[in-house]
Amino acid sequence: MQVPAPFDYRRAHSLDEAVALLERHGPDARLLAGGHSLLPMMKLRLARPETLVDINDLTELDYVRLDGDEIAIGALTRHATVLASALLAEHYPIFAEAEAVIADPLVRNRGTVGGSLCQADPAEDLSGVFAALRGRAVVHSSAENRSVALREFHRGPYETAVGDGEILVELRVPVRPGAGSAYEKVERRAGDWAVAAAGAFVQLRDGVVADVGIGLSAVGADHFTCPEAEDALRGQEPTAARIAEAAAICRDRCEPTADQRGPVDFKRHLAEVLVTRALTRASRRAGGAEA
Amino acid sequence: MTTTEVPTAGGSPEPVPTSAAGNPIGFGRMLRKEDARFLRGQGHYVDDVNLPGMLHGAVLRSSYAHARINAIDTSAAEAHPRVKAVITGKTLESLNLAWMPTLSGDVQSVLATDKVRFQGQEVAFVVADDEYAARDALELIEVDYEPLPAVVDARRALDPDAALVRDEVEGRTDNKIYDWEAGDAAACDEVFAKADVVVTEDMLYPRVHPAPMETCGAVAHMDKVTGKLTIWTTTQAPHAHRTLYAIVAGLPEHKIQVISPDIGGGFGNKVGIYPGYVCAIVGSIVTGAPVKWVEDRSENLMSTSFARDYHMKGSIAATRDGRILGLQVDVLADHGAFNGVAQPTKFPAGFFHIFTGSYDYPAAHCKVTAVYTNKAPGGVAYACSFRITEAVYLVERMVDCLAFELKMDPAELRMKNLLRPEQFPYTTPTGWEYDSGNYPRALEESMRIAGYEELRAEQAARRADPAGKPLMGIGISFFTEGVGAGPRKHMDILGLGMADGCELRLHPTGKAQLRLSVQTQGQGHETTFAQIVSHVLGIPPEDIEVLHGDTDNTPFGLGTYGSRSTPVSGAAAAVAAQRVRDKARVIAATALECSPDDLEWEHGRWRVKGDPEQGKTIQEIAFAAHGSLELPEGVEGHLDASVVYDPPNLTYPFGAYICVVDVDPDTGEVKVRRFVAVDDCGPRINPMVVEGQVHGGLADGLGMALMEVIAFDEDGNNLGGSFMDYLLPTSMECPSWELGQTVTPSPHHPIGTKGVGESATVGSPAAVVNAVLDALQIRAADMPFTPAAVWRALQGRPLRTDLAIE
Repeated sequence: MQVPAPFDYRRAHSLDEAVALLERHGPDARLLAGGHSLLPMMKLRLARPETLVDINDLTELDYVRLDGDEIAIGALTRHATVLASALLAEHYPIFAEAEAVIADPLVRNRGTVGGSLCQADPAEDLSGVFAALRGRAVVHSSAENRSVALREFHRGPYETAVGDGEILVELRVPVRPGAGSAYEKVERRAGDWAVAAAGAFVQLRDGVVADVGIGLSAVGADHFTCPEAEDALRGQEPTAARIAEAAAICRDRCEPTADQRGPVDFKRHLAEVLVTRALTRASRRAGGAEA
Repeated sequence: MTTTEVPTAGGSPEPVPTSAAGNPIGFGRMLRKEDARFLRGQGHYVDDVNLPGMLHGAVLRSSYAHARINAIDTSAAEAHPRVKAVITGKTLESLNLAWMPTLSGDVQSVLATDKVRFQGQEVAFVVADDEYAARDALELIEVDYEPLPAVVDARRALDPDAALVRDEVEGRTDNKIYDWEAGDAAACDEVFAKADVVVTEDMLYPRVHPAPMETCGAVAHMDKVTGKLTIWTTTQAPHAHRTLYAIVAGLPEHKIQVISPDIGGGFGNKVGIYPGYVCAIVGSIVTGAPVKWVEDRSENLMSTSFARDYHMKGSIAATRDGRILGLQVDVLADHGAFNGVAQPTKFPAGFFHIFTGSYDYPAAHCKVTAVYTNKAPGGVAYACSFRITEAVYLVERMVDCLAFELKMDPAELRMKNLLRPEQFPYTTPTGWEYDSGNYPRALEESMRIAGYEELRAEQAARRADPAGKPLMGIGISFFTEGVGAGPRKHMDILGLGMADGCELRLHPTGKAQLRLSVQTQGQGHETTFAQIVSHVLGIPPEDIEVLHGDTDNTPFGLGTYGSRSTPVSGAAAAVAAQRVRDKARVIAATALECSPDDLEWEHGRWRVKGDPEQGKTIQEIAFAAHGSLELPEGVEGHLDASVVYDPPNLTYPFGAYICVVDVDPDTGEVKVRRFVAVDDCGPRINPMVVEGQVHGGLADGLGMALMEVIAFDEDGNNLGGSFMDYLLPTSMECPSWELGQTVTPSPHHPIGTKGVGESATVGSPAAVVNAVLDALQIRAADMPFTPAAVWRALQGRPLRTDLAIE
């Protein structure tokens, strides 16, 4: 049996208590949400927190709601809730498409949005989704609530902007009327991490791309996105040629590493193929051609 | 996964009467008796064994693939307040247990003394109050390693500058284990020289792992007062293990009890004896307390018996019009650091030389060279029928390569060359005697179910459209299995002949107990063996208790692997039931005051010929056998029989599989659209159980073809050491299996049945691979066909799937 190294366990009953526990136990304390990344790493003794602060009682952080002209998602919202959210389905089908290929139902019932983002795995699907949508993260500490752009949230593999004594509490995504979005992923098997994945939203005005966001996972894209490709498409008609051009930029700008999921050339190729597909479908949805 | 019911060819079995519980009295579908406890979560596995005062063991494993051990400091671990003992190779050397014999005439390290030879090798064993303390203490052991270059690529293991894996053996200068050959090389040369067409192809059957749901483990209890060792352990062969413990540890065999409780999957992974078992025994001897050791998932994947790892070069010769003339193959076999292959002694490459397959041609030859590498030992596992998996893959790929060259339909090429029914019994060019078969009928049946012509027409239409995506592929595999080892004069493991005992005892009220030497790991023995007895004696299956897995309470035998339970032990059970029936006839005749010759058998009853009202049921006879009825001279009371069954030959099940895939050439993704499997395993004792076995095997085959592999990087790091890295297929990847059957009984088995447990695992990988390559219209590339492997094959730059991707 794989067993973790010894650790202490505390259960927080409020956000304030969670922050206080983090402050008291210092940098070797870790938050426990869904636990589907942290606990396996602890059992393999790759992660060795001295204290776990369990925040599963903080149900006030479990919500998906419209808040003004933004959609707010609580950090403790389970993947399954995101997958089933009618609000998100109405505005951003990219969420359900990504969630449907995240792990398996057991993990989705337990794993949380905040946990996924804070785990900051380079192949995390939701990091690509929020990067594409240019979402913002709300990070809470005893001193303040600060807002961090998702495209500045990740500081490297498994590193985020969340500091000691801080908790990610909410993700916010602007509502973009008429926007289309889509997610594409290639995996070796259902439930595996992505070999490569791409997500996109497209907003059209008079047949021209008014705004566009591209997210990329598992291909070493800086901050899970590629602004140069977005710039190339913005202001253009979303024709096959223009989309191909943007996808080629993604292919060239990403920096994948080889592993057993595939060699670098294949991952670059996939970045191009999947960006093409995501942009094409997002454009069609924005154009109203596809439900 | 569901089954689509399709009509069958070859006749349906006779309907049998139904018992009060609704079960068939004999063959037929019935729910598995063992599932009553499994579905309630009441199974009892090794890890469920908890004894008073029991301690817990954990194994320290090497992080290096190849390194010299300069020193091991266990003092900090020993000082841990909850640690009872720390055992190292040095401890074992003092007991002469640091090395133990393998099942292939080699030795393997129990705990490393001089070097570690693969990543994950056992280095030390901690015994502690609980499993947490045992694991914590592992981190307190300091091992001073001196890393050595690792032998990773089998193709370079015989290079002059390759590191020496087994330098502890006096005089050893290279990594070769053996050269072995079978067949007639000269006859092959002659045929190949004259052939119109010769196709040569390299192929890799990569290292895979059986990955049973339950990992391996043991609870050992040495009772110092009685001197009796009891070991509850995950074994497919409890009796063989008992004998091996007696030989290895020098313990008296009558004082060893091996108990194999419920086993959560074996697939060959639980045939051998692992160092952890021995350490648990030593731990119990040292501490005087029972010791439990259960490995974790990574330990199972990294250190226990792998499967395959055959690098093959095949050459097939044929006439221009597609008549196969000969097949030859050179194999480079990667056996890892110790030759720990579990197979009959006289067959160093297992049954690989059955590679001529299901076809009629005169010339065949194979040469196998086995090498040591810095990888885990093992090599015969994962439902492979002693390497028939590799053999079937080889011949079925080579036939497709030939079809590719000849631009001939692979079904037509196979039909042209299949053995014909009138050729059975058929002796192959490498000496196997196939017992029975009607191969063309099975292939026709699979093509009928698949709608083969329509599929080819659809494919042609799609190919006519240059933008047509996805790419459609159709793959065929026809396999002949050989299962049910012995015969004992040809087949033994460490000198133990491969025969199996069986004891059948009827109680006075007509209920029965059947004691088996084989061991279920999920196959359903408790149901199907009851049905065998039910078939012969007419007793309801619910009245027959099947006992197995405890060496103190069952007869000796070699265990369950190589699909041998039904061919060998099933025959033993049938013969035992027949003997009981014969004895029952004499007792019935005595009770009815007539001659046994005046009686005839109707299902479950001996009755008087011409006066069917007069008779005795088997239950009445059982009571009479235990009662006051005066029996004829020479007839003992009671109603039981004891049998040792030595099979005269293997049984040879066969089948025809057709796989249809859709491949996205842009992403390399493969979707298995359909899979048709027609199996012929003779009469089916319980068709539901057979179908379950086939479903599992098809999933195995799909998994190996598309995702399963244990690759290694250049330092010998295992890249498949968790279920995030070693991918098993899920229901999401499996289509709704379409099963069919034909029925060709074995002429030498008492009830005509053949083994089936491994058929689908043996037969299906080639069908999937042939389908993928047909979609890509490429002659060859190696599995597993992950998206990356498919895309690189399309690029003309195929991946070396057994190495780290760079």
